[in-house]
Amino acid sequence: MKAGAPCPYRAVTFRLVPVPVITATGLTKRYGELVAVAGIDLEVAPGESFGLLGPNGAGKSTTMRMIGAVSTRTSGDLQVLGLDPDTHGPEIRSQLGVVPQEDNLDTELRVRDNLIVYGRYFGIPRAECGRRADELLAFAQLEEKSKAKVDDLSGGMKRRLTIARALVNNPRVLMLDEPTTGLDPQARHVLWDRLFRLKERGTTLVLTTHYMDEAEQLCDRLVVVDEGRIMAEGSPASLIREHSSREVVELRFGSRRNEAAAERLEGLGDRVETLPDRVLVYAGDGEAVLEQVARLGLHPTTSLVRRSSLEDVFLRLTGRSLIE
Amino acid sequence: MTATTTSEPTRTGGVRALYSGNAGAVLGRGLLAARSSTWVVVVSGFFEPVFFLLAMGVGLGTYIGDVALPSGREIPYAAYIAPALLAVSAMNGAVYDSTWNVFFKMHFGKLYQAMMATSLGPLDVALGEIGYALLRGVVYATGFLTVMQLMGLNLSWTAILTLPAVLLIAFGFASLGMAVTSYMSTFQQMDWINFVLLPMFLFSATFFPLSVYPEPLQWLIQALPLWHGVELIRGLTTGELDGATAVHVGYYAALVAIGVVVTTRRLRALFLD
Repeated sequence: MKAGAPCPYRAVTFRLVPVPVITATGLTKRYGELVAVAGIDLEVAPGESFGLLGPNGAGKSTTMRMIGAVSTRTSGDLQVLGLDPDTHGPEIRSQLGVVPQEDNLDTELRVRDNLIVYGRYFGIPRAECGRRADELLAFAQLEEKSKAKVDDLSGGMKRRLTIARALVNNPRVLMLDEPTTGLDPQARHVLWDRLFRLKERGTTLVLTTHYMDEAEQLCDRLVVVDEGRIMAEGSPASLIREHSSREVVELRFGSRRNEAAAERLEGLGDRVETLPDRVLVYAGDGEAVLEQVARLGLHPTTSLVRRSSLEDVFLRLTGRSLIE
Repeated sequence: MTATTTSEPTRTGGVRALYSGNAGAVLGRGLLAARSSTWVVVVSGFFEPVFFLLAMGVGLGTYIGDVALPSGREIPYAAYIAPALLAVSAMNGAVYDSTWNVFFKMHFGKLYQAMMATSLGPLDVALGEIGYALLRGVVYATGFLTVMQLMGLNLSWTAILTLPAVLLIAFGFASLGMAVTSYMSTFQQMDWINFVLLPMFLFSATFFPLSVYPEPLQWLIQALPLWHGVELIRGLTTGELDGATAVHVGYYAALVAIGVVVTTRRLRALFLD
């Protein structure tokens, strides 16, 4: 180096901002005339638990498939683990764990063999697959079912096995498409507990759901998706703060009288929303609204004051319920 | 930063996206899954051509006596049809797995969808599955070859070469079977496969020579794969080899290549859209 020349290292600044594991810009997927994903932007940081919340057909699964490098995008930019899925599909897939919406376990293999064989698909040596299979069976609380046939497992067990299978390659990102859809409440809670443990260990989770309670439990940050577009983005709490009031009063007057009652409620709280089966009044103080309702001489058959949820956010943003 | 181009990972699309060099894991999965299959069904597939050999070759053969090869040489009827049935047993084993079993895995087991979410590529899956299907054909054929040897129906030392030949025939049918199955979406369409296989089995110079047909029909049969397999094997077990043998081998090599390419492309189109 010549004397007096500027030190080349001086220009280097250390950035503590983590490099995102997933970056999408204007991500679009069209199937002929149908636009499944209509240009979405998102970024997921390592260790983050990121959710896509939206009704069926919103484009969540298609987005997941594009990130999972099994579906090519029509346009836009996508980087997964710093790689472009269009050119580095296998490299990306080798570092992802995928839990699809429908279980696709290998029903011709026993429970433990499902894990071992799946590990072999990644080129992991057989002995190592066996070791990881035992570890994962313990994690999924399926040790007693090691030799069982997949078809003999309950829905919740199959789901846990699918998650265990997705972890066999020590993925940097775990992708879960509707992880608890179709499970009974108890099985859902067991599953949430397992996923929460993964989150605590620092696994990056990307999940889709149409259950607001699931999103609230598991996601640090989420996007609300409808008709292939992102309607809002933020943490569950900030989304509720931004797009809804603190409390909601749910009033039921009977399906034929809701409409008429809603007209008289107009002006109460921040906003009144009429659904086929009930009237919602959004307000900072729900109890105060209830008193006003009584003073108006209205007598709902049932009334309930609750905290705002992501369901309300979704209703506000799209005018529709999440689960229809 | 100005030097980003050098630090960017190199493009590894193209073939890498198709193949991760791990077809063995797919084949291994097939072998492990075979443990749970119904063995009676698997074994019955081996006996089918054996029963044909006993009924037609030994039973009916006593009334037919000897038949003349194109060279003029006379051989017992059983020795005439046995090599054809050997080709059929290689075909049966390979086709059974590469059609119905693949159909179920594709549409109900969602097995390929699961495989494609890993680092496996469509070529790994195609080669692994075709490899597994051809193994079954080879197992059937080896068993049948043993039966032929015991019955004294291998007339020439070249019969030993039927082992690599049945491997090639099974490979051809397994590739073709999986390629065709990848286009099938209903059970009705799958029935068409049986509709094609049965007449091909009966009329591909299996039980009588091609010369009984009018010429256009001869051309049709010579275009179909089983006839090439029958002629190839018959040449090897009787020791009557000529230039046509190379044509038969070439036919199967082409069948393998086309089958693997079509299957790979279809898997990619279906599961990596």
